[in-house]
Amino acid sequence: MKDFIYLIPLLPLVGFLLNGFFWKSMPKKTAGWIGTLAILTSFVLSVINYVQIEPEGFTYTWFSFITAGDLNIPFSFQIYELSSLFLLIITGIGTLIHIYSMGYMNDDKGYVKYFAYLSFFVFSMLLLVMGGNYAIMFIGWEGVGLASYLLIGFWFKNKEFTNAGKKAFIMNRIGDLGFLVGMLLVLYHFGTIEYQELFAIMPSQGVDTSIMNTIAISFFIGAMGKSAQIPLYTWLPDAMAGPTPVSALIHAATMVTAGIYMIARSNVLYNLAPYAQDMVAIVGLVTLLVAASIALKQNDIKKVLAYSTVSQLGYMFLALGVGSYVGGVFHVMTHAFFKALLFLGAGAVIHNLTGEQDIRKMGGLAKKMPITHITFLIGCLAIAGFPGLSGFFSKDEILMSAYAKNPLYFYLGLAGAAMTAFYMFRLYFLVFTGTYRGAVQQDKIHESPGTMTFPLIVLAILSVVGGYVGLPHLFAENHALANFLSPVVQNFQVELVPASTEWILMGLSVAVVLVMIFVARMKTKSGVVKEAKGINKALENAWYVDDIYKGLIVSPLKELSHFFNNVIERGLIDGVVNGVGKIVYWSSTKFRLIQSGQVGLYFFILVIGIFSLLLLGLWIIPTF
Amino acid sequence: MPINYYIFLSLALFAIGTIGVLTRRNAIIVFMSVELMLNAVNLLMVAFSKFHGLADAQIFVFFIMVVAAAEVAVGLSIIVMVYRKIHSVDINLLNRLKH
Repeated sequence: MKDFIYLIPLLPLVGFLLNGFFWKSMPKKTAGWIGTLAILTSFVLSVINYVQIEPEGFTYTWFSFITAGDLNIPFSFQIYELSSLFLLIITGIGTLIHIYSMGYMNDDKGYVKYFAYLSFFVFSMLLLVMGGNYAIMFIGWEGVGLASYLLIGFWFKNKEFTNAGKKAFIMNRIGDLGFLVGMLLVLYHFGTIEYQELFAIMPSQGVDTSIMNTIAISFFIGAMGKSAQIPLYTWLPDAMAGPTPVSALIHAATMVTAGIYMIARSNVLYNLAPYAQDMVAIVGLVTLLVAASIALKQNDIKKVLAYSTVSQLGYMFLALGVGSYVGGVFHVMTHAFFKALLFLGAGAVIHNLTGEQDIRKMGGLAKKMPITHITFLIGCLAIAGFPGLSGFFSKDEILMSAYAKNPLYFYLGLAGAAMTAFYMFRLYFLVFTGTYRGAVQQDKIHESPGTMTFPLIVLAILSVVGGYVGLPHLFAENHALANFLSPVVQNFQVELVPASTEWILMGLSVAVVLVMIFVARMKTKSGVVKEAKGINKALENAWYVDDIYKGLIVSPLKELSHFFNNVIERGLIDGVVNGVGKIVYWSSTKFRLIQSGQVGLYFFILVIGIFSLLLLGLWIIPTF
Repeated sequence: MPINYYIFLSLALFAIGTIGVLTRRNAIIVFMSVELMLNAVNLLMVAFSKFHGLADAQIFVFFIMVVAAAEVAVGLSIIVMVYRKIHSVDINLLNRLKH
């Protein structure tokens, strides 16, 4: 496997190039199959790799990328447990989404372009997780940002959608500055950005803690942009402008988890930077609560899921911040399953209602779309943390680790879990139960085609069983995921909670979830969503954060640029340049008069000239 | 005689020649002034030759005389040709260079 590892990113790249260059002439079916087969093959290779993985992993160097003086950055891949796991998630869920897209995007004119972009995205994401040093990761990091922009603004004729794409890209870029700064600081202080060398020498270098904190925080700023944490999260709800499979792939399962991958990879760094770890945990906590609160009052099915994603990402960062790297990665995995499932289910609903996204105009779809209904329900139960499903185990692990660090973190996380249960089940009840409140003719609503329901079923199964790799030590001796990842990360927090406390806390969280589901049922029984007033209105408008950003940052910048354009560019610089031209013209009209044609005048000037030269040469210059 | 007298005389002749070139309208008078300038230089050269006791300057005077003669020959023939065209020797009428 070692020698073929480069095939895993290469195949999607080839898919991108084929679909990209031949998009005008490529028949639709072929394009879809090229994309799907490429990623399916990558998935198979990832499985083979996963089965063969050895504890120390291996590094595969493709070629020497950057050599400048002492600096040597090879284009290398490092394959070990963490990246193998992520490879499986990316290619596995990616394949399912490709299959789903073949059905969902069937009527779209940009079908081939879509698959080209998807393949490009997969390629970049694979580079990101396979990279053997921060530079390769950064290439992938930027690539997924670009792919995200292209896919969000896919229906480019709509100005709002392209603005959303721009917003995503710009916010990502702000974070990327942090990533670059962190990377350069690492290079400066440690001389290398290659993971294997770096993490071996990092603890023993004796670098000052304040520098470690700065590096860790810089990288975290990058993660904030990429993984939509406060304050750089507002692009994610707007990113729902893109096709729903895109939201499922990029904004649920993969791109947004890049930040978590990066921090998990750099766990050695973060263990040496306690202040940064606290910051990660607190930002995660705040994000989780704020996003969950906003989701309570959203009326667009995709926006609820978008804010839910931001909130769940907050959970992952909370886990990373309290030192439970395994917990964070575990939640990445389970979240990928159920969030992709929820998004694809939402996509099925939207597709079958010919574009309706407002849940106030849905209802009673359970009988008409049975498979979608059941899988969506499973997804909701998983994300809420219903006992026995994957989400329960991963969220529980995070909450336990949070309690071990600081009981307050646990209670706030629990509040978030309560809100999660409530808004997800509000969504479920309003969409699938009750009576249909929409405008589409009822007999036209039917279940989606096989290409769309097959991934839903697979993801639903994974959402149920995916949690059993991470059983807490109450139930089983073996935390399979922790054992798997142990050569790479340490998971030392979970054991610190005594068993009895853990039972109580677990029981508490289960009780909260069940109560909130019941409350959601009560609130949505009438099927009518009331007009939002007061604080509800603030929640519906996402705490007016977008407007705050617009007023505080965007508008002043626009004014500044108008000023620069009109006053300085047009007035000053153009004035100077045009002025030079005018002066030349004016002086030439004056000089023209010298040429009078009179020889006598020429003589006169000649004599004057000679006289001046003599004066210059014999008097003025010798005196200096 | 002190060399200064020769220098002043030569300078005066040169100045008169220059002003003549610049001021006079008649082309032939202009040529005369040019000759005057050249001869002023000749005078200076000979004076310095006697002053230093070297014969080098006197050789140079011969050169100047030859060149002056050639120049007059050519110049006067040009004036004759111009006269045939415009029937005047007024230099102010020669302003074709304007265009």
